[in-house]
Amino acid sequence: MKTAVSIIVNDRRCETEVPTTMLLVDFLREVAGSKGTVVGCDTGQCGCCTVHVDGDAVKSCTMLTAQADGASILTIEGLASADGMHPMQRAFHEHHALQCGYCTAGIVMNAVDIVTKHHELDERTIRRLIEGNLCRCTGYSNIVDAILEAAREAKRGA
Amino acid sequence: MMYEFAYVRPASLEDAVRALRMHSEAKPLAGGMSLLSAMKLRLAAPTHLVDLGRLDGLAGIAGNNQAITIGAMTRHADVAASPIVREAIPALAVLAGDIGDRQVRHRGTLGGSVANADPAACYPAAVLGLAGTIITDRRHIGSDDFFRGLYETALETDEIVAAVEFTRPARAGYMKFPHPASRFALVGVFVAEFGAGNVRVAVTGAGPRVFREARLEAALAKEFTPTVASAVAVSAEGLNSDRAASAEYRAHLVSVMAARAVAWALAPTSQS
Ligand SMILES: Cc1cc2nc3c(=O)[nH]c(=O)nc-3n(C[C@H](O)[C@H](O)[C@H](O)COP(=O)(O)OP(=O)(O)OC[C@H]3O[C@@H](n4cnc5c(N)ncnc54)[C@H](O)[C@@H]3O)c2cc1C
Ligand code: FES
Ligand code: FES
Repeated sequence: MKTAVSIIVNDRRCETEVPTTMLLVDFLREVAGSKGTVVGCDTGQCGCCTVHVDGDAVKSCTMLTAQADGASILTIEGLASADGMHPMQRAFHEHHALQCGYCTAGIVMNAVDIVTKHHELDERTIRRLIEGNLCRCTGYSNIVDAILEAAREAKRGA
Repeated sequence: MMYEFAYVRPASLEDAVRALRMHSEAKPLAGGMSLLSAMKLRLAAPTHLVDLGRLDGLAGIAGNNQAITIGAMTRHADVAASPIVREAIPALAVLAGDIGDRQVRHRGTLGGSVANADPAACYPAAVLGLAGTIITDRRHIGSDDFFRGLYETALETDEIVAAVEFTRPARAGYMKFPHPASRFALVGVFVAEFGAGNVRVAVTGAGPRVFREARLEAALAKEFTPTVASAVAVSAEGLNSDRAASAEYRAHLVSVMAARAVAWALAPTSQS
């Protein structure tokens, strides 16, 4: 069974028919070609599949493509601009906030949403807000440092 | 992979009920945080999903001096951030802000949590503790009659939760001992005092369904203090026993969480 959707992915509109069972993460990877969004667990635990749907970080493995009909989606591919990396990507780079990198796209997407919405961030708050993202490599310290740095930079720029 | 299903997105509550009535194996879809996960594991196989996502009338928060009413499709993140909820029942805002993680809170809904009646979910404790009323497309159901058993409620198969009304307490608190992996409540206790001598205590995570703890209610009705709550010995009979905690440990946690919830109710902070 199929259903028609019209979804904006990183500023490009995608109008097509998809199987009703298609998860948003599969649509992003297989139809929209955004392979940076990955599946770690498929059970809503790990956050590797995190993208923004209408400005909110969500887990795209636990959402139907049909539920995103009419929505605007931002994935890791949409973060960088002509001037180069997004400040959050740069902070992750500078703080060595990744090892194997499998969790990175999801954590960066959640972190960008966190810094947009929370203006008073300390280490404890950040650790609480990234509970929905699991990283098996880094031990989180450098991730938290990177987000703190990006938050400071966002505040300076604001 | 999920089994095949048809997807429908009604534009009115009446159409949604009609779609559910037409197909006996149809199910409402809210945020999908529980339902889609169950379908992926093939624990659920509805033939039709009736997406409530476009029923704008089902989302929103309103309040008066006696109660606040929260639409079924209101997301956890919106309840946590609502000035109305934070002013009227701060414990409810904190509870919503502590469900799962922020990505889950951006999709999960009050109606989905209440209809799902997961034995370890947080909202059912608030609904029962705050003497809530479940407002459906056809009737009002009191919280004492709503939660029937493991994932079982008083809802008919074609019935849709439209909103939940929460009675405004004099003070209230919620504390959970989170499961270390899932963040659900290993044990969660909601306490609410509605004026002298009227106290409700609802426990989630400990048994097959959310329930009221009569001994804690009677003790706290006399004196609403943490010391009184910790002195109550809760029976382990009928409580869950699993890898994470024995029934005896859960019984112990009930009075510990109740004491912490009372302490919070007496001096609320913005975090649990
Ligand atoms: C990683 C993770 C962590 C979580 N942690 C917690 C936690 O700590 N505490 C907690 O309480 N919960 C937790 N949850 C569950 C979360 O709160 C969900 O919001 C909740 O389970 C319901 O999901 P939903 O609103 O998306 O409903 P859905 O999954 O869409 O629906 C759930 C069920 O309710 C039915 N339904 C939905 N809406 C209605 C309605 N209006 N009327 C009638 N029936 C309806 C559906 O048919 C389905 O059977 C967690 C979930 C995840 C994935
Ligand atoms: S793949 Fe979506 S949460 Fe793990
Ligand atoms: S860097 Fe390997 S999982 Fe996070």
